[in-house]
Amino acid sequence: MLIGRIFDILVAGLLMGGIYSLIAMGLSLQYGVARVLNIAHGEFIMLGAILTWTVYTAFGINPLVALAICGPITFILGFIIYRTMFTKLRTSSPSPAVFEANSMLAAFGLYFIIENIALIIWGSQMRGYSYLNVGVNFLGTVFAANRLVALISALVIGVIFYIILIRTRLGKAIRAAAEDSTTAGLMGVNINQVLALCFGFGALLAGFAGVLVSMCYPIYATMGLEYTLIAIIVVVLGGLGSIPGSFIGGFILGLIGSIVSSWQPSLAIAAYYVLFMLLLLVRPSGIFGK
Amino acid sequence: MRILEGEKVSKHFGGLAALSDVNLHIEQGEIVGLIGPNGAGKTTLFNLISGAIPTKSGAIRFKDKNITGLKPHQICRLGVARTFQSVKIFSNMSALDNAMVGSFFGMPTSMSPADAAREATKSLEDVGLSAAKAIPARDLTLVNQKRLEVARALATKPELLLLDELMAGLTHTEMAETMELVTGLRDKGITIFMIEHVMKAIMGICDRIMVLHHGENIAEGTPKEIAGNKTVVEVYLGE
Amino acid sequence: MNMTTFTSKKFLVPWLTSLILLVLLATAPLYISSYNIILVAAIVMYIILTVSWAFFSGPTGYISLATAAFFGVGIYTTAVLGKALPLLAVIAAGGLVSFVLALIVGAITLRLRGIYFAIFTFGLVELIKHVLLFWEITVTGTRGRFVVLVDNITIYYVVFGIFVLLLLTAYLIRRSKFGLAMQSIGDNEEAAAHTGVNVTMVKILTFAVSAFFIGAVGGIMATRWTYVDPYVAFNPLFSFLPVLMAIFGGLGQFYGPIIGAAIFAYLEELLLTKFPYYYMLIFGIILVVVILYLPDGLIGLMQRLRQRWQKGGLTGKHANT
Repeated sequence: MLIGRIFDILVAGLLMGGIYSLIAMGLSLQYGVARVLNIAHGEFIMLGAILTWTVYTAFGINPLVALAICGPITFILGFIIYRTMFTKLRTSSPSPAVFEANSMLAAFGLYFIIENIALIIWGSQMRGYSYLNVGVNFLGTVFAANRLVALISALVIGVIFYIILIRTRLGKAIRAAAEDSTTAGLMGVNINQVLALCFGFGALLAGFAGVLVSMCYPIYATMGLEYTLIAIIVVVLGGLGSIPGSFIGGFILGLIGSIVSSWQPSLAIAAYYVLFMLLLLVRPSGIFGK
Repeated sequence: MRILEGEKVSKHFGGLAALSDVNLHIEQGEIVGLIGPNGAGKTTLFNLISGAIPTKSGAIRFKDKNITGLKPHQICRLGVARTFQSVKIFSNMSALDNAMVGSFFGMPTSMSPADAAREATKSLEDVGLSAAKAIPARDLTLVNQKRLEVARALATKPELLLLDELMAGLTHTEMAETMELVTGLRDKGITIFMIEHVMKAIMGICDRIMVLHHGENIAEGTPKEIAGNKTVVEVYLGE
Repeated sequence: MNMTTFTSKKFLVPWLTSLILLVLLATAPLYISSYNIILVAAIVMYIILTVSWAFFSGPTGYISLATAAFFGVGIYTTAVLGKALPLLAVIAAGGLVSFVLALIVGAITLRLRGIYFAIFTFGLVELIKHVLLFWEITVTGTRGRFVVLVDNITIYYVVFGIFVLLLLTAYLIRRSKFGLAMQSIGDNEEAAAHTGVNVTMVKILTFAVSAFFIGAVGGIMATRWTYVDPYVAFNPLFSFLPVLMAIFGGLGQFYGPIIGAAIFAYLEELLLTKFPYYYMLIFGIILVVVILYLPDGLIGLMQRLRQRWQKGGLTGKHANT
C-alpha cells in the first residue's frame, strides 16, 4: 500500500503544482514584464473561485464553463486596473526603483479593496460545492474526478499559454517587452498596450486557477493572501522574471507541499517559507534567474 | 612595493564581456592613469577593485592581500578609497559631516567624535574647502563637490586612491588646481589610480598609463610611450 | 539678522507644539474619561507603529510589511508570560523577542534588493500565524489564550511611556554616530558603503530597533483583548495601517507620520465597530489615491500649497526670494 500512498501524494502534488504553476506564471507575467509586484494577485484567484461558486449555486453552471465566464472577467479587471492605476504610476515615477516600490504599495491597497468588497458582498464564511465529487478508478487507485479534471485543465491551460508565448506575434512582443521595454517601444511595439495585456493575462491565469481551486478546496473571501504568498515564493524559486521557471517551480512547490501535508497539513506554508529562506540565503536569483 | 595587483580579471554582464583577462600592477607612490574609449571597461575595473561589484573571475590583491570578494566597506577600511564619475556626495549633509562619515567609519578602528571632527576638518583643509565646512553639500559648485568627494575619501586615510574622471566638467583653471591637488596627494604618500578622458591631465601628471579597449589591456607605458603607440592612436582616432 | 530669526522660528514652533502636546498627553487621564482614555491610547499606539515603521523604511527605502508580525509577537508574548512576570518585564520581553526576530529576518534579507525584503516581510505574518496555530493545536492543545487584565489608566501610561521612549531613542540615535551612518545610507547608499559604513549591519540594527517598539506596544495593547488567538494577533491590517498613515502624512518631515497616524487612528476607532469592512475598503482606496496623486503626503501637499500662497500672495518684497 506504500506505492498507493506515494501515488496519492504524487497526484495531489501534481494537482497543487498545476495550480501553483498557473498562478506563478500569471504573477511572473505581471512582475517580469509589467514590473508590478502584484500582491493583490491572490485576490483575482479568490474572485475566480467565489464567482464560480456563485454561478454554480445560483444558476447551476458547470465550473468548466465558468472558466469561460470568470476568465474574461478577471482579465478585463486586470487590464483596466493596469491601464488606469499602474500606467499613471509608470509615467509619474521618477525611476524604475520608485515605480517598483510604489506599484507594490498600490497593489497592497488593491488587496484591501478587493478583499473587503468580497467580504461585503459574500461575507466571511467558508463555502464549497460538489461537482464531480465521484471516485474514478485509474491505474488501481481511486481519485476524485474533480481533482483529475482540475489537474488536466491546469496542464492544458499552462501548455496553451506557453505555446502562445513562444509561437505567436503577441507572445514575441511580450517577450521583447520583458527583455527591454524601451527598445521594444522603439521597435514599434505599443508598449502601454502590451504591458496592460500582460497584466490582464496574469489576472486571467489567476482567475482560471481560482475556478480550478474552487472545484477541490474551500472557498472564502480571505483566501487570496495565502495564494499570493505561494505565487511569490514560486516566482522567486523559478527566478524573478522567468516564466518557464515559474512553471517548473510551481510543480516543485506543489510536490513539497503534498509531501509535507501528508505528514502535517498545517505546516505546508511553513515548509514553503523554509524553502524561501534557504533560497534567499543560497541562491536568491532562483533556478532560472539571471 | 606592489600596492595593487590584478590578475586575469574578467567581468561579464549577460553575454557581454566588459573585461577580459585584464592584468595590472601599480607600485606604491605612482600616479597611474587609466584611459580608453567609452565603454572600454574602465569604471567596471574600478567597481571590481572597490568591491562595488563582485569579482567572480580573476584575482585582485591589495598590498599582497587578496581583496576579491570583500565588501566595499571592508576594502575601504583596508586603505582603498575612491571617487565616482557621477559625484556621489551626501547632498543633504554639510561638507564637514560628509568628511566625518569618512573619519568615523573609514578607519579600521573607531574614533571619538572629537577626533573624527578634527580629522574631517583636516581633510577639508587638504583640499581647500575649510571655508565651506558648514555649507550643505548640494549647495556647493561642481568643482567643490568633487573636492568634497576627495576630502571624504582622504578622511578614511587611504593608501590607494581611485579617482574616476575627476577632471570632467572643470574649467582650465579648475583643472590646473585639481592637478596640483592630485600631485600634492602623491607627495603625501598616497598612490593614485585615475580614470581620465582629459589627455592634458593624464599626460601631465601620470607616471604610467594603462589603456583599455573593449575590456582588454591593449597598452601600458609612460605617457611618451603611449602617445607614440600606433594601436592607441588608431583606437582613439577610429572612434 | 533675518536669517537667524527665520531659522529660530522654524525650530521653535515645532519644539513648542511638541512639548505642549506631550504635556497634554501626560496629563490626559486627569481630564479624559476612563473609556475615552483607551481611545487616546489606541491613537498613540498607531503613532508608535507608524513612527517605528517610518524610522526604518523612510531613510533606507526598504518597505517593511512586517509590522503586523512584530505586533503579533508582542501580543503573544504578553498572552504567554502575562501572568508569570510583572507587566513591564513582559512588555520588554515582547519588545526583545521582536528585536531578535527582526535581527534574523534582517540578516537573511537586508543584504538583498528591496523587493526580496518586501516579499519576505509580507509573508511573515501568515507564516507565524500558521506556525502558532500548528503549535497550539498539536503541541499545547489549546486554542488561543486569555490575557492578563490591566486597567485602562495603566495601559494608557505604558503606551505613553513607550511613545516617549521611542521619541527619545529616535532623537539620540539621530545625533549619534549611528544616526550619521543612517543618514549617509539614506542619502547615497553606494557612497556610504565605500566610505566604510557597514550598510547591511546598520540596516539590520535599525530594523531591529524599530521592531522593538512595535513589539513592546503590541505587548501592552494585548491587554485590551481578554482573549487572543493567532487570527486576532496576526492581522495584516497592522502592516497596512502604518504604511497608509505614514504615506498619507508624508515622509518628508518627522511629524508627517504622526499626523497621518492621528487622523487614521481616530477614524479607525470610530468606524471599526460600525462599518468593519467598509472602512477598510475606504482606507484601501485612500492608500491607492495617495500613492497615485499625493506621493509627498499631506505634509508635502501643504508645503506646496504654502509655497504657492507665499509666491502669489505677496508681491515685491518676497517675490524674488
